Amino acid sequence: MIEIHNIHKSFNGVQVLKGIDGVFETGKTTLLLGASGTGKSVLLQCIVGLVKPDLGSITYDGKVFTNNRLDLKQEIRRKIGMLFQGSALFDSMNVQENVEFPLKMLTPDMTKEERLDRVEFCLKRVGLEAAHKKMPSELSGGMKKRVGIARAIAPNCTYLFCDEPNSGLDPLTSIKIDELIYEITKEYNITTIIVTHDMNSVIEIGDHIMFLHNGLKLWEGTKDNIMDTNVKELNDFIFANSLMRAAKRIEEEGGDIDKL
Amino acid sequence: MKTLGNYLLFLSSQFIRSESIKILSRRFIDEAVLIGISSVSIVAIVSTFIGAVTCVQIAYNLTNALIPRSTIGFMVREMTILELAPTITSIVLAGKVGSNIAGGLGTMRITEQIDALEVMGINSTSYLVFPKILAAIAMFPLLVILAMTLSILGGYVAGTFTNALTPQEYIEGLRDAFIPYNITFALIKSVVFAFLISSISSYQGFYTRGGALEVGEASTKAVTNSIIAILLADYVCAQVLL
Repeated sequence: MIEIHNIHKSFNGVQVLKGIDGVFETGKTTLLLGASGTGKSVLLQCIVGLVKPDLGSITYDGKVFTNNRLDLKQEIRRKIGMLFQGSALFDSMNVQENVEFPLKMLTPDMTKEERLDRVEFCLKRVGLEAAHKKMPSELSGGMKKRVGIARAIAPNCTYLFCDEPNSGLDPLTSIKIDELIYEITKEYNITTIIVTHDMNSVIEIGDHIMFLHNGLKLWEGTKDNIMDTNVKELNDFIFANSLMRAAKRIEEEGGDIDKL
Repeated sequence: MKTLGNYLLFLSSQFIRSESIKILSRRFIDEAVLIGISSVSIVAIVSTFIGAVTCVQIAYNLTNALIPRSTIGFMVREMTILELAPTITSIVLAGKVGSNIAGGLGTMRITEQIDALEVMGINSTSYLVFPKILAAIAMFPLLVILAMTLSILGGYVAGTFTNALTPQEYIEGLRDAFIPYNITFALIKSVVFAFLISSISSYQGFYTRGGALEVGEASTKAVTNSIIAILLADYVCAQVLL
């Protein structure tokens, strides 16, 4: 379980996060929902330690991540798996080496055979057993995301963070990636936080949802009660998202968007 | 002053929590190949022609019949060992190696690969930068020795080919009043230049923000700042060590 309390962050005098609290439960997917520029990614970066919050605390299973104890931070970081927006695969390594990399670095006691077995298992789990020797440049967007997920879960992560896992993917691949993240969360009972602005993801995989707007958490709840909210900003967001989806569908079917 | 402070913090961050010797040694070998072996051809071409041109131009200027022709060999040797081999080789390497380091790290930064390392709990400066600096420090002196040899050889070929002097005169000049310390001086300079090029370029690349345009800017800055640092350090070394 991850707990955040009163997280503040400013960049060059502009306040991006204005005191956010939240609890992210084990075995559940929590979606950080909101339009672009609302502070979702910055909050995620604060939680994983890529950005230091100006104020507030972050706790991983009772261990305070925001204190200055380097050994504790390292211990927590080694349990973190992250899927980046652009996948962030290492260009100079093939798929197998990318997935093997965290094992090599974080588990020096593992033998080469054990590592390769684990890589094989993880690649099979994400449906990429035939892509071992491919370089990242030879992979499609969806395949890169799958390799990113395989790399994240390879060292048996306890916490999984996904920064816009659907960005740049077609709707069908997006659903598959969402399902994969959801299945992995349940299968390994991990704490998963997903940054998204995709309402499809909310419907498909959102156990718990936090809606951010202008650096504030305006609403939180489940996908079952998201439609009952009276938060204007969230309603506007859902409406705009639905409108966009409807427009896309009409366009795909060759209809007239102006009739909307 | 702020940039200098950030640069020093960047250098010290490599030692805060460094990776294991096994991992670093593997990375060192990769970087040594990239920085050293892949630079052999450019260093060979540049130094051979510099030696040849130096010899031809000294011969052109040496019109006084009272000065022995062997002086050409002597001057080629002195110029090569003291200045041309260490400094020109380093300037060439600032262009090749410096831009490569800055471009590589800059691209890793904007594509979140450095963030991925940090999230895994890996000290990215220790893992990425430290082996580059070590490899540069180890490989530059070897490249400078190669440059000295080929430059003097280039002078020999050019001098004898153009009949500026005979092979015996050239060799006589090479052996005349030789000071072994000059080679030590050149190698010390090459180590200093190696450190400056690799660390400045790494710093520029590591803190790239933005996109492809900024990666290009970081590479340009890495090369220009490295060259300025080389020239400054060259003067300081000459003042302090000679």
